[in-house]
Amino acid sequence: MTATVLRSRLPSLVAGGRRYAFQRTVPKFTRFMTTPSADLSLSRRGHTQLKKTGLYDFHIEGGAKMVPFAGYSMPLSYGSVGAVASHHHVRNTVGLFDVGHMVQTKFRGPTSAAFLEWLTPSSLTSLSPYSSTLSVLLNEKGGIIDDTIITKHSEDAFYVVTNAGRRDRDLAWFAQKIDEWNNDSTKSEKGKVEMEILEGWGLLALQGPEAAKYLQTLTSFDLRSLTFGRSAFVPLEGFNLHVARGGYTGEDGFEISVPPTETVEVAKLLSHAPVQLTGLGARDSLRLEAGMCLYGQDLDEDTSPVEAGLSWVIGKERRETGGFIGADLVLKHLKDGPPRRRVGFIVEGAPARQGAKIFKPSSNDLIGTVTSGIPSPTLEKNIAMGYVENGWHKKGTEVEIEVRNKLRKAVVTPMPFVKPKYWRG
Amino acid sequence: MGPNMFAVRTLTTKKYTEDHEAVVFDDSTGIGVVSITDYAQSSLGDVVFVELPALETKVTKGDQIGAVESVKAASDIYAPISGTIQEINENLNDQPGLLNKSPEDEGWLCKIKVSDPTELDSLMDEAEYKAHCES
Repeated sequence: MTATVLRSRLPSLVAGGRRYAFQRTVPKFTRFMTTPSADLSLSRRGHTQLKKTGLYDFHIEGGAKMVPFAGYSMPLSYGSVGAVASHHHVRNTVGLFDVGHMVQTKFRGPTSAAFLEWLTPSSLTSLSPYSSTLSVLLNEKGGIIDDTIITKHSEDAFYVVTNAGRRDRDLAWFAQKIDEWNNDSTKSEKGKVEMEILEGWGLLALQGPEAAKYLQTLTSFDLRSLTFGRSAFVPLEGFNLHVARGGYTGEDGFEISVPPTETVEVAKLLSHAPVQLTGLGARDSLRLEAGMCLYGQDLDEDTSPVEAGLSWVIGKERRETGGFIGADLVLKHLKDGPPRRRVGFIVEGAPARQGAKIFKPSSNDLIGTVTSGIPSPTLEKNIAMGYVENGWHKKGTEVEIEVRNKLRKAVVTPMPFVKPKYWRG
Repeated sequence: MGPNMFAVRTLTTKKYTEDHEAVVFDDSTGIGVVSITDYAQSSLGDVVFVELPALETKVTKGDQIGAVESVKAASDIYAPISGTIQEINENLNDQPGLLNKSPEDEGWLCKIKVSDPTELDSLMDEAEYKAHCES
């Protein structure tokens, strides 16, 4: 086994972001991996800078194996529960994830919607209150700075969750753009925008087919009315918490935002049987089966949302009017088609992982690269996502992917790989 | 004298690599049985896929000869010793979990007809390997 290979992958871990798609977070597996010696050297090196969420002690008490992730010490797994068993528990029952490393931010002010519609291609004006949407922050070239979930509370109040691994970049971007906005009398004519980072707040994700049943025992609020993509302040055993229905697993579930002083108590409340604490390991395999992107791996600043298969986050009228940062390239990709596209694959033989090269069959013509890949615990097939040249993206297209110097047959397969089970009422 | 002598002559030697592989060499047959160590399987987690070398492949010590994969990562397997692949553990194709259950016994990977047994001298013995894992 090679410590060498693993070790060579580790540096990317440190730089790695993570993110969530209809939700958040995640790891990268290869990044966590570890021969213990590699792991140790990494922790040692990063020791002084590694941050802790409010649940660090809770994780330790729960038997967590902690690993560095996006600048935080986060649980990879708990006790003797393996990654596969943990994955199945979320698919079949319910699991609890600490995603408190993610950045929670509030935007307020009369022009908040217009401001966020400048930073993203989403239609936020038409979004109904207490609804969420997956979105992307774009740079001037139309590349994705981060993916994010934006929840509208009212015309002048939004709650935004972004990736821990992109914290510095995102917050600097927000600050710079707010400054430009508020100093531009045309843009902020109807009022200025202010931003509040919910520093130290907890974020818990309860995910799985039994999540609603479990959460319902703790509240008089009728959770049947809270459909996928909606959120509400829900009374939970004396707490009043922001609960958003969604997640990063493809299962029904909730993301619960908790003030710093209440996080441990709420986590305890949410972790009785049949709930199992679930680490980053299972989180990555669950999100990949659900076809969701991990920032830093499947998305980066050189990738447009059209290339990333995220055109659906672009608001209908915004395709006409533009008016967001990066619109030139995004509208061009929409009109002419992007040069490459993110697609899913089923791979024969060995699992194809990040960096594996994709070729036209029986040729040396390189047409793309795998960005994430695993042996799927649910499907027991090797699944992957990656980018291929436009034209090679259609369902059923046969390609070859190189793993350990051998070409393996692969077929372009629609995502999600595992059918989502969201609660739509 | 005969049987006793034979017993003495049949020495099996177990050695370890820095990459957490073990090789058990039987000097009466010249065969080395390659496995990953218990320490390796435990740090890798649930093994779900094993790729083994083709039979009759000539390998040089240090060559990549296959891989062991969990959901989260792939770990390459390197030849701990030079020789020719004589047998592979076909059971791993449908029971990769043997690597977790019995890494150094039922979960063996392959057998190598060793071309130069003196290469074993450069590998670690059990005490050295233990120290390596703890370092």
